[in-house]
Amino acid sequence: MQQKQDESLLEQDFTVQGGDFIHAGEVSSRIKSILKEVGMSHEIVRRASIATYEAEMNIVCYAKRGVFHLAITPDRLTVIAEDEGQGIENIALAMQEGYSTSSSAIKEMGFGAGMGLPNIKRNTDELLISSVVGEGTRVAMVIFTQR
Amino acid sequence: MTFAEMKDILNAEVVVGHDCMDVEIRDAFAADLLSDVLAFAKEGTLLLTGITNPQVVRTAEMLELLGIVFVRGKKPDEDTIKLAQIKKVPLLCTHYIMFEACGRLFRNGLVGCIERVDDAAKTG
Repeated sequence: MQQKQDESLLEQDFTVQGGDFIHAGEVSSRIKSILKEVGMSHEIVRRASIATYEAEMNIVCYAKRGVFHLAITPDRLTVIAEDEGQGIENIALAMQEGYSTSSSAIKEMGFGAGMGLPNIKRNTDELLISSVVGEGTRVAMVIFTQR
Repeated sequence: MTFAEMKDILNAEVVVGHDCMDVEIRDAFAADLLSDVLAFAKEGTLLLTGITNPQVVRTAEMLELLGIVFVRGKKPDEDTIKLAQIKKVPLLCTHYIMFEACGRLFRNGLVGCIERVDDAAKTG
């Protein structure tokens, strides 16, 4: 675990493999343990867990690979999920509950109902999504920790 | 209602969590869509579902759910069982369909962890 001198109390990167449904969720599980270890409140841990898990499932379902960057600063928790994958053509549409481009295989697993990004939005204070079709997607999630 | 009582009511088989039978169940949630579980299920609730892949255990881990009941005679695969053992998530299987399983538990006093999703939206 990398400790920094500056404002960052903790920073760590995690890689996620696209299509690896057996290990899907492991990164979220590790992030959850870290947040508990550093003493984040129950509510923050819960919100962050749901948001990171949905983001991780998105990478596993739709991308080749991805990286999660976790940063804890005195007032906020930031998780940036960046992937190499198909990208999102219309982000506004993808943010709508029920909109989905998922395959039936993903639906059979219990995901792909167009609830992922809205779920992430519901559990974060700031959400910034940028994407290039055919290249990948970057999802930046912020939760304020001192409210 | 305890796990042992729930097991009897649903005529269920315990796959993981034989040592949890005296744990008290406060309320429950039922869905086959894990994103809905993530959106609406409350911490410490019991989940009834037909989804048996490891993601259901991950979902339970993220939300700190009390345990999972697989309905319609569905059996979890080995990866799911292994993960549940590691994460200490009780797993049970019943042959009742979702409607019957929920109805029988409700008739015996178990309630939903929320009643409506607009309630959930209000309380966050």
